[in-house]
Amino acid sequence: MGRLYAIEIIYRGIFQKLLATRIQRAIVLAAHNEGKVGISFGRYGDSPERNGIPAKGFAIVATDPTTLEEGMAKYEPKEVDITICVDDTLCKGVESWAWYGLQPVNRLLKPGGTLIVTSKEGPETIIAMTHRKEAPYQLSILKGTVSFSGLWVYKDDHTDVRILGAVAKILPDLFSLKSVQKAILSEWKSELKTISAANAYERTTSITVNPNQGNPEVPYKFDLPKWHEMREGISIPSIPAGHEMDDPKSHAEGGFQPDRNPTFLKFSTRTMRPVVNFDTCIKCTLCWLQCPDSCFDVTPEGLYDANMKACCGCGVCEAVCPVKNCVTMVNEAEFSDNSSQWEAWRENKEGYKSWLEDKIKNPAERSHGFRYRGQYEEQIPEMLEIAAGK
Amino acid sequence: MAVATVIEEQKKRTEETALITGSEAIAVACKLADVDVITAYPIRPYDTVMQYVCKLVANGEMDCEYICAEGEHSQFEIVKHASACGARVFCGSSGVGWMYAMECLTVTPALRVPMIAMVGNRALDDPGAFGVEHNDALAVRDLGWQLVWVDNPQEALDTALIAYRVAEDRRVFLPCAISCDGAFLTHSQALVKIPTQEQVNQFLPPYDRGDLLLHPDNPITVAPQGNEDWVMEIRRQNYAAMERTYGVIKEAYADFERIFGRSYGNPFFEEYMTEDADIVLIGMGTLSVSVKVAIRQMRKQGKRVGFVRMRWFRPFAAEELAKSLQRFAAIGVVDRDYSFGSPYAGGVLAGEVRHALYPGQGKKPPVLGFICGLGGREVTIPDVERMANAVYDAADGKKQPLTQWIGLRE
Repeated sequence: MGRLYAIEIIYRGIFQKLLATRIQRAIVLAAHNEGKVGISFGRYGDSPERNGIPAKGFAIVATDPTTLEEGMAKYEPKEVDITICVDDTLCKGVESWAWYGLQPVNRLLKPGGTLIVTSKEGPETIIAMTHRKEAPYQLSILKGTVSFSGLWVYKDDHTDVRILGAVAKILPDLFSLKSVQKAILSEWKSELKTISAANAYERTTSITVNPNQGNPEVPYKFDLPKWHEMREGISIPSIPAGHEMDDPKSHAEGGFQPDRNPTFLKFSTRTMRPVVNFDTCIKCTLCWLQCPDSCFDVTPEGLYDANMKACCGCGVCEAVCPVKNCVTMVNEAEFSDNSSQWEAWRENKEGYKSWLEDKIKNPAERSHGFRYRGQYEEQIPEMLEIAAGK
Repeated sequence: MAVATVIEEQKKRTEETALITGSEAIAVACKLADVDVITAYPIRPYDTVMQYVCKLVANGEMDCEYICAEGEHSQFEIVKHASACGARVFCGSSGVGWMYAMECLTVTPALRVPMIAMVGNRALDDPGAFGVEHNDALAVRDLGWQLVWVDNPQEALDTALIAYRVAEDRRVFLPCAISCDGAFLTHSQALVKIPTQEQVNQFLPPYDRGDLLLHPDNPITVAPQGNEDWVMEIRRQNYAAMERTYGVIKEAYADFERIFGRSYGNPFFEEYMTEDADIVLIGMGTLSVSVKVAIRQMRKQGKRVGFVRMRWFRPFAAEELAKSLQRFAAIGVVDRDYSFGSPYAGGVLAGEVRHALYPGQGKKPPVLGFICGLGGREVTIPDVERMANAVYDAADGKKQPLTQWIGLRE
């Protein structure tokens, strides 16, 4: 049997679907330039996608058709040589439509395999977010602003070709830089993109992540029931409405906490999160009313605490809040846990204030591609700087 | 059960006899079963049942929600939802009307909705024939519908009551379609014993949807989207429910006999003059009448022919049927349907009978298939004699086509 290569691309639904598809295809085409055969496919169960929900695509390549069949005989690969994660906040874990529980982003990596992450962050931040793995693996960060666009538009910031260049460096057996460049020319007819691929190839380095490094949390799991344990008639119990909150400090009861689905938490959809200033909140209820995910807990004193396990990071709360800087969306990579902001504020109001001011200094630039007109232009100098290798 | 109340004076104490059609007999069964929600959309020959229900309601003899939908798709959807909310329901259709409801017909067993429907069997279009063919009801044979064929108005009434009892059994919760041959059963009147309300109440408990009831006091989601991680398990549940129908049907017929004093013998199929038969014909629906008459005539000529009339097509009592059929030298299956391109180009029932005989150690008599009576064409006594003679030839090992068209101009 020949050699089988498997590469997965983990991306944000809708916003990065085109990006992932382009990378998948080009991997197979570049390998084909060296006489290899391959297939490229998206996880069928991830479709129809929703904004931001983690999804997967795969490229399976083999040295010969018989070996390729070994890879095709599985719904999706059980292990991969490379995991490409095109948004760094996905490193917190992946909860897709298509499975149950939170899966570490590096779950399918073979021992010694490489996790490629596009990010502006350094390795410490990425490793801190990523769940620990029993065997050492390599981490390679592709420096850059994370590329978000839409289903029908494409932000051609060369993330696709830069990743291809990095793959050629990391897995030279799969294909050479030359084959990548040939594939780029045939697919996209752009000399400039071949240069970007070469630059990425030159700059790609990786570090080893050892088993004692990373997020020690055990991701939550959910076992699927057997056929005779399931309710009949394709019926499921509704999520109960909710209950009053118990103030952990004063033990006063009041407010309202909606009950939530225990087996689908949704927070891994988030790329930015609301940070709430409880001192300026006027208790107008708008964030609570408008939140499409019922993520706000109403505290006994009538404040609104965004529950970080339920928040998808859509930003509606920020948009409807009538008070300046009372709800501010902040890049998800800035946070290391899902704990309650309201409890932190109650614990230490001064400390919370300075924490909040620090967080909202740099508002998030992501989630829905561009959050305001002209944002792309603002990003160009930074992208050029990264392209120049600074 | 229920929501609707039975009008007191209708609780007659003594059984009476009425001259009614098969469709009307089913409408009477709906009244006796105190059906809560009935939807209607006219198509012949099914329309005979909705007209009679209408009359019963208008005359104050029956109390139910009677909804005229704007098409069969809505007609079946409305009762599906009503049943999920705990209502006993009835609807029905014919031919292409039944097919127009196909999307609803597929989801009804999947959601374990014990809907009772009457199919006034009618040829599928084109050429728009009104007469009977069984392909309409048979189109749902793989989906989890219980399918039963009756051949006289009394059996139509009794089977409708039994169908409610079986479908609404918590172990089953599957829909049931009662097939009545267009014209021969839906439009011809016969004397029917109408059971008393007390008997029916004793036989048929209220519909209790239990934990599957869609109600504000029992908040559930019905039919959420699920992918490959769930579908196998969901189908396996329906498989198990259909497997349980055999036992539940037997119980229901035994109770029926006890309470109403009428016996149907083996619930799944009727045997006619099979005890001493050399060969046997097997078929469904009202063609039984001419087959039985022909058999009596042939017996005068010394031809010992028997007949098996299948009642329950789903569930299909394969083991029992095989055991019975293995007694004969050859078998002729009379199909009032077609299955183009099927094995040996036979009708649907012919394929099922061969399938039933295949496993096991027993004898495997030759099986001939006959396609006849399509579009409501009469199955004549000479037709039946031709079929019987061909089956005798098969028993003697004479070579002939495995599927033959009978009563065709050729």
